[in-house]
Amino acid sequence: MKNVQKLKRANKSLPFFFKDEFKVSFIIIFVSIILLVTTFTFDIVPPILNRGIQPATFPKALLILIIVMTLIIYYLATKNPWKIEKKLPKSFFLTLFSFILFIIVSKSLDFFLAISALSIYVSYYWGEKRLFYLLLVGIIFPIIVFIFFETILGLRFPPGIITNIYYS
Amino acid sequence: MLAPLFSYKLLLVLFFGTLFGLILGVLPGLGPTTGGALILPFTMTLDPLSAIVLLTSIYCAGTYGGAITAVLINTPGTPAAAATCLDGYPLAQKGEAGRALGMATVSSTVGGIFSVVILVFFAPILAQLAYEFGQPEYFALAIFGLTMLASIGEGSPIKNLIAGAFGILISTVGKDFMTSIDRFTFGINELTEGIGFIPVVVGLFAMSEMLTQSTLINQVFNRIALKAIKLPSKDDYKKTWKTILRSSGIGSFIGVLPAEGGTVASLIGYSEAKRFSKNPEEFGKGSIEGIAGAEAANNAATGGAMVPTLALGIPGSATTAVILTGLIIHGVRPGPDLFREQPDFLYGIFGAMLIANVLFFIFGFFGAKIFARITLVPNKILWPMIFAVSVCGTYSLNQSIIDVWIMLFFGVLGFFMRRYGFSVVPVIIGLILGELVEGTLRQSLVIFDGNWLKFLTRPIALTFFILSLIALAFPLIRSRKFKKKL
Repeated sequence: MKNVQKLKRANKSLPFFFKDEFKVSFIIIFVSIILLVTTFTFDIVPPILNRGIQPATFPKALLILIIVMTLIIYYLATKNPWKIEKKLPKSFFLTLFSFILFIIVSKSLDFFLAISALSIYVSYYWGEKRLFYLLLVGIIFPIIVFIFFETILGLRFPPGIITNIYYS
Repeated sequence: MLAPLFSYKLLLVLFFGTLFGLILGVLPGLGPTTGGALILPFTMTLDPLSAIVLLTSIYCAGTYGGAITAVLINTPGTPAAAATCLDGYPLAQKGEAGRALGMATVSSTVGGIFSVVILVFFAPILAQLAYEFGQPEYFALAIFGLTMLASIGEGSPIKNLIAGAFGILISTVGKDFMTSIDRFTFGINELTEGIGFIPVVVGLFAMSEMLTQSTLINQVFNRIALKAIKLPSKDDYKKTWKTILRSSGIGSFIGVLPAEGGTVASLIGYSEAKRFSKNPEEFGKGSIEGIAGAEAANNAATGGAMVPTLALGIPGSATTAVILTGLIIHGVRPGPDLFREQPDFLYGIFGAMLIANVLFFIFGFFGAKIFARITLVPNKILWPMIFAVSVCGTYSLNQSIIDVWIMLFFGVLGFFMRRYGFSVVPVIIGLILGELVEGTLRQSLVIFDGNWLKFLTRPIALTFFILSLIALAFPLIRSRKFKKKL
């Protein structure tokens, strides 16, 4: 409890644009405004097809509601600041990077390879250095999962350099 | 009630569902919601009853499983077990882990069975009432469900409402179901079908938890050794039977409320146990009543939460939102007609929940020591494996790689939401209720000829709107009361 109050006091002394409550509120409002603008590009249906309201009306109302509620939480936060969150460790960014790596590899090379690469990468950076366990999470387990999904669900995985070899 | 279950296949499904649910409950960060979402694609190979039996047994057992980790490592396996930590761990530290888990097992089972009885009696009554509902009433009911999001958990009510509104917004992506106009598709063909429920759930729960675990890789859990679970003594029963019954009632009632679930139920069950206790000073220091109060309530919420899910198609909790998706995927439409047209199916579900509560008692009593060992699986092995299953599971539903990317996007989003105090549960509830809210609103406006005030001329709808206002005001009243107590 004391720690939380300390972190809240530390947050109070920061300039407003560095505070989490400002950054979070700004991002929500910014994205909501972009989406709100997008709603104006939705097609308008003629009255005969229109059931109650136009297709854009409901999302518009929701976005305005989100903006208003975000302004309220920001206003409340100016009176009762949020506590400062701890800095994110390197392991978080490495895991986040692994997600990006997964998207790139799955799109350009192979779906299986992407799962395998991410598993080995994450396991290694989270502290697993034993080769057997790296092979277990990176190769043996994904193979079991692939075969399981393929035989039980009759799933066909997207083509790629390794998957093509398997299917051929 | 149990007759539809007398087939070896269904009993096998129940057995494995309960076992799987317990494992999911024991593993911190996973739980019945994530587990249910991951297993959903596999249910496609099963008939509808087996599929829902599997999901409900995971729900019941997973809710109890969270208590094992709460008692032994002071980390709730599921959010619903958070209140169990408060007394379970201190009691385990005193060398009475077996007693703590024994009480958790018995009170969970009693709470679970009590809630099934409530489900059997109240779901048909509610379904009968639902025959009186038209589009305006359903709209008002869905709004009530959404406003209840304000009071879930301990987080900010407004943040919960923002998350709920965001969930509804996600449901508007794709072709408008009434006019076929594209909304928020940004020219991406795959988005015209909308954003699926599974990628969002798996992303918000499993992937965001993976990112959370990545920040905790140096964390060491102090696991307290467990010799064997002990059944509560006569003295313990004397001390707790009233608490167990009270919490079972509270849990079932909270469960019935739309969107509320085991987490809220266990917190209220715990605080009421403290309020009625002759020894409130023992709470937080290893009170057996505290464990009974929290555990009976969270398991009682399982049956309660199934009441609006089956009778109205409004999820009572995040996990029942997954079960609701399972019903829809299997072509079963929840609501009053289900009670009239498929009573065998419903009694199969009720019976399965009853048996699941007995099964997890047996598994928990004889196998808690083994389940506790599951927590020893290191995260560096466990989470890459969960990633592989999550990716394949998400891909399998529509065989779409875009779904996998959406899952990863929601994983990152969920991580930051939780970091800044936004619960992810309202997003799920909002997403599942979104279509209902918009559809019923638009159809109501057609009925009312565009006159919004006519909503107020419908007594049932008006009642739900008043209840919505109370639901919105409740967190405010609660925080004022809490401040006064301080």
